[in-house]
Amino acid sequence: MALFLCGRVLRLLTLLVAVSLLSFLLLSLSPIDPVRAYVGADMLRVGPEQWANIAAYWGLDRPLHERFFRWGAAILRGDWGVSMIFRRPVLEIIGERAVASLALMLTAWIFSGIFGFALGVGAAMKQGTWIDRVIKWYCLTLASTPSFWFGLLMLLTFAVWLGWFPVGLGVPAGVLAHEVTLSDRLHHLLLPALTLGITGVAGVALHTRQKLIEVLQSDYVLFAKARGESDLQLLRRHGLRNIALPAITLQFASFSELFGGSVLAEQVFSYPGLGQTAVQAGLRGDVPLLLGVVIFSALFVFAGNLTAELLYRLIDPRLKLKERYL
Amino acid sequence: MSATANTDKPLLEVSGLSVSFIQYAAGLRQRTFQAISNLNADIRPGEILAVVGASGSGKSILAHAILGILPGNALVSGSMSYAGQELTPKRQAALRGREIALIPQSVNFLDPLMRVGTQVRFSSPNGNGTAMQREIFTRYQLAAGTERLYPFQLSGGMARRVLVATAAASPARLIIADEPTPGLHPAIVKETLAHLRELSAAGRAVMFITHDINAALETADRIAVFYAGTTVETAPAGDFCGEGERLRHPYSKALWQALPQNDFRPVPGSQPSPADLLPGCLFAPRCRLSTLECASAEPALRSIRGGTVRCHHAA
Repeated sequence: MALFLCGRVLRLLTLLVAVSLLSFLLLSLSPIDPVRAYVGADMLRVGPEQWANIAAYWGLDRPLHERFFRWGAAILRGDWGVSMIFRRPVLEIIGERAVASLALMLTAWIFSGIFGFALGVGAAMKQGTWIDRVIKWYCLTLASTPSFWFGLLMLLTFAVWLGWFPVGLGVPAGVLAHEVTLSDRLHHLLLPALTLGITGVAGVALHTRQKLIEVLQSDYVLFAKARGESDLQLLRRHGLRNIALPAITLQFASFSELFGGSVLAEQVFSYPGLGQTAVQAGLRGDVPLLLGVVIFSALFVFAGNLTAELLYRLIDPRLKLKERYL
Repeated sequence: MSATANTDKPLLEVSGLSVSFIQYAAGLRQRTFQAISNLNADIRPGEILAVVGASGSGKSILAHAILGILPGNALVSGSMSYAGQELTPKRQAALRGREIALIPQSVNFLDPLMRVGTQVRFSSPNGNGTAMQREIFTRYQLAAGTERLYPFQLSGGMARRVLVATAAASPARLIIADEPTPGLHPAIVKETLAHLRELSAAGRAVMFITHDINAALETADRIAVFYAGTTVETAPAGDFCGEGERLRHPYSKALWQALPQNDFRPVPGSQPSPADLLPGCLFAPRCRLSTLECASAEPALRSIRGGTVRCHHAA
């Protein structure tokens, strides 16, 4: 176990170095000029000399590798730089936005996990019947629906037409920050979370269905049937036990899709989370903020995958006991 | 083999059982596989009936048909009765695990993620599971800690005992052992056969499905010879002796003579595929005694000298 964890830490370090190096390179190759992004509307009032001064102040006249190492050293000291859009430290913004994003993703994640699992189990238990066909049709339709389009549809139906939910943002407009209540936040969270969750249901349900069908066709289920176990007993004693692990693993390994989906959902709903921040930072050339979000998302996805692996080792007796014998 | 057992009424009676499977071949063409055709068998309490046949002759399908756990694309015809009453799918569902138990082939038939003690306890539908399971584990010399192991941790011999224990733990009066000794060490085979005899000595009927004719002769009271999905002959185990002159069917004789300790003479040809069965006697293409009659008419089941046979030429 110790060996395993050391290996994972090493992998995380190399991953972070590779991700930051790659993003740094891509950004330096991109047409975004940090000085122009910084100067913004004052462009006409800034002369070439002052332009060069700003560039020199930021060290933009230095070679690429030197800039990378200086940035990397600063990150290691805990100095993630200052966002150019918000004129505030990057870490502060990420912390603020991450809370909103994590609330959104967690809601969607739990919803898609539970709902998808239940649908998948239902379809597999009734394999070949009309119930199975309806669930499969529903999942395949969902799986081929772009989430931004689905989000727009949700907005049109529930926010514009029925008026049940606000059209966008994370809190009501025109209300002082300290007057925003938890129910306000939940009210704004629900529609984007549902959008993100419902599009995630399809994958979970189809995977659960496939796994459970495999289990139901196994020799051990045949033998359990020969011992007189009913369909429900088969599901409870053998089915759930044998599909729970792959389902949980898949759920944790889906963090990358979840993050990707949240970028779109947040954009459609103008929800002030990390995804929206990443888009803003990218469009307006906010290099420190964009790099910060990239590193955070890499950590987030890595944490999901690591949890999946750890759970497998802790729960599956075949892996757990083998480890002990080694 | 007790004299009284044979006079009892059969516990299970199978007559004219046919099982076929519908499969979709290339494109949408349907093909029908006749896995079991017109099979007859019966078994009495306290008796061991060995069903002996080559691999792939559909012996497991017979076991699954009796238990009613065939896949959905199977077509079953003929009649089965258990304890004198018709064995309908509904009754099969009610009797599975309570009156009829299965001893499976391998450890793959145990749930890989469940402790084996729990799985044995599930075999007893009512009553004190844990105490009963511990008692049976002691009887089969499984150490106290075995109940907490997972199937992948069992050795070959332990797995065999656990599989037999699942049947012993059930109150079943009919036990179907489906190839319980595949490729095992001779000592484990011997032990498993002894366990089967114990079960029958306790008054249970045991159907022992195997391809190992020696194991069958060593254990069973009667032998049903299985060929291409049907029982060509059912004979008392004692009839397998000498040159096989007391046997009724040419295939049983050939099988007996093919054994290493006898003439070691193989039967030429191979079993017909269940996908294309010919009319008439299924063994006719390989039989020395084959006549025109054999190729056209399926021989009826006849009782001769305390056994049954399907052959036009048997006497």
